[in-house]
Amino acid sequence: MITIFIPQQLRSYTSGATTATASGRTVDQALSDLDARFPGIRFRVIDEQGRIREHMRIFVDGERVREVGVALGPKAEVHVFGALSGG
Amino acid sequence: MAKQKKTVVKPKRTIAKKAARQGVTLLVGTRKGAWLFHSDASRKTWKADGPHFLGQVVNHLVRDPRSGTLLMAAKTGHLGPTIFRSTDKGKTWKEAGKPPAFPAVANGNGRAVSHTFWLSPGHESEPGVWWAGTSPPGLFVSTDDGVSWESVPGFNEHEMYLKWCPPDGGTPDGALLNQIVIDPRDAAHMYIATSTGGVFESRDRARSWRPLNKNVEASFFPDPYPEFGQDAHYIALSHTNPDRLWQQNHCGIYRLDRPGEKWERIGNAMPKTVGDIGFTILDHPRDEDTAWVFPMDGTDVWPRTSPEGKPAVYRTRDAGKTWERQDKGFPKKQGWFTVKRQAFCRDAMKATGLYLGTTGGEVWASTNEGGRFTQIARHLPEIYSVVAVERL
Repeated sequence: MITIFIPQQLRSYTSGATTATASGRTVDQALSDLDARFPGIRFRVIDEQGRIREHMRIFVDGERVREVGVALGPKAEVHVFGALSGG
Repeated sequence: MAKQKKTVVKPKRTIAKKAARQGVTLLVGTRKGAWLFHSDASRKTWKADGPHFLGQVVNHLVRDPRSGTLLMAAKTGHLGPTIFRSTDKGKTWKEAGKPPAFPAVANGNGRAVSHTFWLSPGHESEPGVWWAGTSPPGLFVSTDDGVSWESVPGFNEHEMYLKWCPPDGGTPDGALLNQIVIDPRDAAHMYIATSTGGVFESRDRARSWRPLNKNVEASFFPDPYPEFGQDAHYIALSHTNPDRLWQQNHCGIYRLDRPGEKWERIGNAMPKTVGDIGFTILDHPRDEDTAWVFPMDGTDVWPRTSPEGKPAVYRTRDAGKTWERQDKGFPKKQGWFTVKRQAFCRDAMKATGLYLGTTGGEVWASTNEGGRFTQIARHLPEIYSVVAVERL
């Protein structure tokens, strides 16, 4: 399973959980899977055109990604952060 | 255009007489959350309830007079825009299942809602319907009491959209569809105000739109009286005469009596030292000739603060022929108030209450039609919106 690290700003959706597991072959699919269990969480990170929101950051296995089509390994770690610019 | 039957209809953002006897609740949206202020029956004492959603940017918090549902337009510095709903007077909140969003386009270069700016309960005959205006300018509708929202193609996909709402036409917080006003006599007759195209009218329930800006100045264009391109800060439909529209525009104060098409600049009668620039205008609940504005300095580099640091409301009681200053209770000097377009409202009580919120986090109230103002809250975050409803 993929592990998604939930930033402080989004833990109201996960009842305080700092991580969640998800399935999917891309960041997009993993976030959609996450959204199925925590409705609304995806749209606050990804806009309606599938773009990562300006003040959000996503890293896959330690590398920053700039679009959600990036492929994920079966045990990928996805970190979602609020950027300093959005504070 | 046929003149419509004149009817008095309960306004959407004011309070019913029966409830008014119990007092008023002010719904206050700020850059850092929302507050509710509950008055006693006399509106002399106020009790704060909040913050709700501390840290969220709350552009608008509105109550549906038909159902009692509260809707809040929110986002944060990081997170995308959403709508929160409460059906128990703000005790608990639930997020909308599908907030306003533009249709996805194949190449991913389509518009994305930055924030929902305006929320408006629908016509009295259409329970459960809400309308929303966004930045970038977009019109959205919900038919399930704000749970899910759909893009309105009649405006958002209009062939003139890019002319009416050019991508580079933004105001400081982004270009806006900043207001939706529905004719109380006819659910299909609507007005919207935008910061990039001015006022538009629809007579077929948002399926088609046309500009309604004749004689409204846009001094920032080579042609200062274009068909569209004006910055309509705020429009108000007269409660007792829905054929009368008031407008506080970027360039002045106007009135339009339908079926007329040509706005009249009634701000020319304002004192020259004050000018007729501001963000908002209010109608009177019982007198079609009365309106209030809160002027701000539009000279030089557009400070948008009370002229000379002396806050005042100005009232007309003769449809804009003359204006009178109302400043009792406000600071006599060094009062550099900025009041945003959604932060000035009224109730519908016998002695009309006026309420305004400043970007400095102060809420001021008058319970005698502007005769005297009292500060009822301070030290709040920057205030974006103030809406008066029946006491919750």
